[in-house]
Amino acid sequence: MHAVTPTLELRDVTKRYGHVAAPTDVDFTVTAGEVVALVGDNGAGKSTLVKAIAGSHRIDGGEILIDGGPVVIGSPTEASALGIETVYQDLALCDNLDVTANLYLGRERRRSRSLLLDQEGMQAHAAAVIADLAAHLPVLDKPVSALSGGQRQAIAVSRAALWGSRIVLLDEPTAALGVAQTVMVYDLIHRLRDRGLAVVVISHNMADVFAVADRITVLRLGRNAGEFRPGRDSTDDVVAAITGSRELDAAVRKENPR
Amino acid sequence: MNPSAVWTRTAASGTATVVLGLVVVWGFFQSLNDNFLSARNLSNLLLQIAVLGTLAVGMVIVLILGEIDLSIGAIAGVSAAVLAQLITGHGWPAWAAIASALLLGAAIGVLHGTIIAAVGIPSFIITLAGLLVWQGVQLWLVGDGGQIPIRDSAIRSIASSYLVPAFGWVLAVLVIAGFAGVRLLRRTRRVRNQLAVRTPAAEAATVAGVAVVVLAITWTLNSYFGIPWVFVLLLGLAAAGGVLMTGTNFGRHVYAIGGNREAARRAGIPVRRTVVLVFALISAIAALAGIIEASRQFSASNALGGGTLQLNAIAAAVIGGTSLFGGRGRVHQAVLGALVVGSVQNGLDLLGEPAAVKNIATGVILVVAVVLDALGRRRRAL
Ligand SMILES: Nc1ncnc2c1ncn2[C@@H]1O[C@H](COP(=O)(O)OP(=O)(O)OP(=O)(O)O)[C@@H](O)[C@H]1O
Ligand SMILES: [Mg+2]
Repeated sequence: MHAVTPTLELRDVTKRYGHVAAPTDVDFTVTAGEVVALVGDNGAGKSTLVKAIAGSHRIDGGEILIDGGPVVIGSPTEASALGIETVYQDLALCDNLDVTANLYLGRERRRSRSLLLDQEGMQAHAAAVIADLAAHLPVLDKPVSALSGGQRQAIAVSRAALWGSRIVLLDEPTAALGVAQTVMVYDLIHRLRDRGLAVVVISHNMADVFAVADRITVLRLGRNAGEFRPGRDSTDDVVAAITGSRELDAAVRKENPR
Repeated sequence: MNPSAVWTRTAASGTATVVLGLVVVWGFFQSLNDNFLSARNLSNLLLQIAVLGTLAVGMVIVLILGEIDLSIGAIAGVSAAVLAQLITGHGWPAWAAIASALLLGAAIGVLHGTIIAAVGIPSFIITLAGLLVWQGVQLWLVGDGGQIPIRDSAIRSIASSYLVPAFGWVLAVLVIAGFAGVRLLRRTRRVRNQLAVRTPAAEAATVAGVAVVVLAITWTLNSYFGIPWVFVLLLGLAAAGGVLMTGTNFGRHVYAIGGNREAARRAGIPVRRTVVLVFALISAIAALAGIIEASRQFSASNALGGGTLQLNAIAAAVIGGTSLFGGRGRVHQAVLGALVVGSVQNGLDLLGEPAAVKNIATGVILVVAVVLDALGRRRRAL
């Protein structure tokens, strides 16, 4: 087997909250140009895993590898330095700042040989990236408080593209969105993938998972519970892995239509 | 467009709102006493608001961060006491005493900021405790006499000297030219980056509007003693604060933390360091206010920085359109807010009203401004 080296790989990763082991010995990979969905029931440990990769939590066991080399991700800044960008379940935008300022949050550009912000340069570059992603965003110099949920999510996703990040993690990016806005965000995710980024999406919505992902990793009670492919496996297979009922009878199928 | 939309739009452009408030206040007092808008009284007004405006500039910055500082009056008091002790008690030269007072202010701010950022205690509590502590230190430094006189002529001249009229005109022209130059540079950069620009006529109108205001102020003040030196100092401070807050990384981070602290942290902004720096900065500004007040009084008294000054600074910031909820506000509007608060006090003085009425009026204005702020926030949240 001559696999490409995964852009991001987790080996036996464990994170404990006191005595509660959330993710336990979890293996996970994602490769450049691939969208992997991470699914599992509430409390399965998905968000915890994302926070570990994003540098918000230290892991208690196992290792994280980037391009095959082990790394220690101690803070969100270190994660960004490694090219990891995270879009959180609860949006991490500053309502009082405009679109451009949010895109550049924490990485503001300065004019050469000066302490002053390069406001115009940032705005122009942001406009170019957003046009390139064909994201539907209105004027870039309005506070984001005036935007819709989908537009706000689009900003959060575009931020990843703007930074030339290599790994993008999205924790339930469409949880609060309507149908059209969900499609818009998934379009954006596909565009990131087509640019060669490695994308990880967490979702509870099986229809969306099958629409957006190339591969599906299931977590159950903090442990790996199977790998699936949308073309090969059915929704029922994935739901069975999530709920832990491998022999799926008709009754369960009815209770979990997705 | 319905009236409420119009109102919202006006409220959004905070400067317009506070200017409108100022016009109303000035119109009211002028109609009751036609000395109010005299050159002499306006000049006095500017001297009176120098300390308040300085404190308000600092208050705006800390409010944008989403914190508050209840100790800046006390820091002004203790810094003035140190200044006076060093000069009168130990014979230090003015510059060394001023530098020491400013450094002391900054050090107090670092202490407050470190406790707030490292332990995560609300700034409200820490600075309230700071208020007591520093007022105590101030009383102790000033001693039984109740005040320390300052005879140093350099210190005394800070708050009592005026620019020679000719120099006032030169300064006015420089300010206008600087404003026009900055706008032109910004326009050039926008064109170079292919961003939308306003029409040249609209730009010219803005510059002309500013020129008229600057020349009118200069003319009025020059018809009395000239532009008060402290007013130039205040405008310089506000301009520097404005550039810091809207033109630099640091300022952008302060706005971001005030808007959404968690988002700022996740974006890699050094939240704790920024909090400590803000408290250091505004405490140094408070020390500057203390020096100016000592210069006005020719002494450092044990009452300096006390009384209603602290609350007036909050009132000035909020009236100037700064939100108590963090993330929103402009430094230059602090000067306008201070002008409103100062005008009400000056006007009531002119009408011979007692301190009781002044306190009640300021309190009512503060409540009105805060209520408008809360309503505006609710409307944005909808
Ligand atoms: N800060 C914390 N302290 C203690 N326990 C926690 C903490 N955060 C999460 N947990 C626990 O860890 C486990 C995994 O939580 P996590 O948030 O990762 O689940 P999830 O898969 O993202 O769930 P959901 O689908 O509901 O978002 C849960 O049992 C949860 O109660
Ligand atoms: Mg979760």
